[in-house]
Amino acid sequence: MNVPTMAEMMAQGKQPEVLFWVGSAGSYDERAKKITKAFVKILQQAKVDFAVLGTEESSTGDAAKRAGNEFVFQMQALTNIEILNAYEVKTIVTCDPHSFNTLKNEYPELGGNYKVYHHTQFIKELINDGRLSINASLKGKRITFHDPCYLGRANDVYESPRDLVKRLGVNLVEMKRNKNRALCCGAGGAQMFKEPEKGNMDINVLRTQEALKTNPNIIATGCPYCNTMMTDGVKFHEKENQITVKDIAELIAEANNL
Amino acid sequence: MDYLSSVLFVFTLVIGVGFFATNVRKLIRNIKLGKKIDRTDNKSARWKNMIRVALGQSKMVSRPIAGVLHIIVYVGFIIINVELLEIVVDGILGTHRVFQPFLGDTLYGFLIGTFEVLALLVFISVIIFWLRRNIARLKRFMSQEMTRWPKNDGNYILYFEMVLMSLFLVMNAADVSFQQAGVGNPISQYVASWLSGFRVEQLHTIETWAWWLHIIGILIFLNYLYYSKHLHILLAFPNTFYANLNPKGKFTNLESVTKEVKMMMDPNADPYAEPEASSGDEMPEKFGASDVADLNWVQLLNAYTCTECGRCTSSCPANLTGKKLSPRAIMMKTRDRLEEVGKNIDLNRGVFVDDGKQLLGDYITPEELWACTSCNACVEECPIEIDPLSIIMDMRRYLVMEQSAAPQELNMMMTNIENNGAPWQYSQMDRLNWKDE
Repeated sequence: MNVPTMAEMMAQGKQPEVLFWVGSAGSYDERAKKITKAFVKILQQAKVDFAVLGTEESSTGDAAKRAGNEFVFQMQALTNIEILNAYEVKTIVTCDPHSFNTLKNEYPELGGNYKVYHHTQFIKELINDGRLSINASLKGKRITFHDPCYLGRANDVYESPRDLVKRLGVNLVEMKRNKNRALCCGAGGAQMFKEPEKGNMDINVLRTQEALKTNPNIIATGCPYCNTMMTDGVKFHEKENQITVKDIAELIAEANNL
Repeated sequence: MDYLSSVLFVFTLVIGVGFFATNVRKLIRNIKLGKKIDRTDNKSARWKNMIRVALGQSKMVSRPIAGVLHIIVYVGFIIINVELLEIVVDGILGTHRVFQPFLGDTLYGFLIGTFEVLALLVFISVIIFWLRRNIARLKRFMSQEMTRWPKNDGNYILYFEMVLMSLFLVMNAADVSFQQAGVGNPISQYVASWLSGFRVEQLHTIETWAWWLHIIGILIFLNYLYYSKHLHILLAFPNTFYANLNPKGKFTNLESVTKEVKMMMDPNADPYAEPEASSGDEMPEKFGASDVADLNWVQLLNAYTCTECGRCTSSCPANLTGKKLSPRAIMMKTRDRLEEVGKNIDLNRGVFVDDGKQLLGDYITPEELWACTSCNACVEECPIEIDPLSIIMDMRRYLVMEQSAAPQELNMMMTNIENNGAPWQYSQMDRLNWKDE
């Protein structure tokens, strides 16, 4: 894939329109890398002039912060801000709501001021600007959308992912708990990196149970961590042959034959 | 004029209000034990938030049954208390229905009639609330933390309201001239018919007793507030005014950490430099919270405001899946500890003497704290904008930064971030490998 880095751009004296913040999951996690690539294909189709930081990117520090380690978080934040500001980055887009939240809300006080988009918001803007269209090629499919906490409740973004899902021509069916009342997938607050406390069920099992009640063909998400949790949940319920868990970027890339 | 009863009334009033004022002072002192936080910005948004959420009850109706019943009790409570004004004036002057001649029979009758209808509606709503707690046994009222005092407290409040509403109606029903006038008694006329067997003097005695018990009941209820979850009827207003207006995902950045990290990253900083001269024996700032005094005053106000409705806990993913964490219990435990600290200060003439206890460990366990997904469901659910998550995060910070007591897997995750810029053990140099895979 042709993915320019900020360093390469700078060497050519160019400033891209937007920085794509890939995030740690998007860079290393096998499942999340597919989302990253799908989004890159969309950016390329819409002829967006973008770049990534590549090996200069480092964890936003979100997971460390939610675990309570303000030191590690601020070390990460200040280092990242130094790099972002050196490249004079103005606009950032990311597929990870955790990076989105941290960059948008927690970096400004530390000296990092950027316009930050979640990829669903960015894609919606591309459509509004006439730079991209979505083939409504998933007609007849039932999709339910799981709201990532750090996109939804944390930042009140509920409509742009839904708008994109509807453009796929599908039948969007809401779970009983949705939008600001959606149930967490269980990964946030650094839970992704540890075993859960003792209880009678895993959170992702409960959330997928709620998703299964909508009888969907596809469970759509907008977060690599939610994706992992929901995929595991579907496997727990032994439904992986009937139901797929997909990021909205992947659904759009597929619909547009990218 | 019956001077004795006027004197007795004023005496009762002064005792009741005076005792309440003492408790309010204690409440304010305890809240001020918290750390400073500036929530005076953006006043117009704060007023709007308070009017919408506290006065307008906007978040209550997300659960329609409880929401509508609550609004009836709330509106009834506020409006019926207008009648309190007349009771106080009558009590002091020894008059009887002093506003009636001023307002004229029609207006006065309309007002009292409205109060009576509301009183009946409140009575019915409170009965339904009682049934929900004790017969239908809604799950959120049956949790572990809702036994003993918290359970009884909830019921006592309902009994209080039933009794106060009944006394108001009986008082009107036994008022012979009021019933004869026949205006403003849409409800009490039926109660009056049950009293028809009594003689006029007996009715007068009943009226006097009901009148006295009603006002004494109100004063007792007022003083009960400080010891009860019912404090929310007052504190919901400041609590929503001082609520966090930022996006819920925005957590505070600890300034003390920023200073240290900036110094560490500054190539010109002298690592052996003496720390900046501080004023004498000042303790270095503690990271995070292990006791109530480490929390900020808004968090402590939150604790006193919590009315233990349990909407937070009933939407908490950790609690729903059987973990020990309950956001409501976090608030209740914070209040319990704060009360304990307050009593300690009272006993020791204004200073806190170490009692070998703290919020962390003695009240809230690490197991509860580590079960949180920081999903903000509890914050979103709270009808009066209490923020249990901020307390959980502050206590996690203490566990991690002061005690290095994170679960082992989290320590590994944090070490990875420090060493190679990702929560997993991958080299930063491999960060862009995906593009060629």
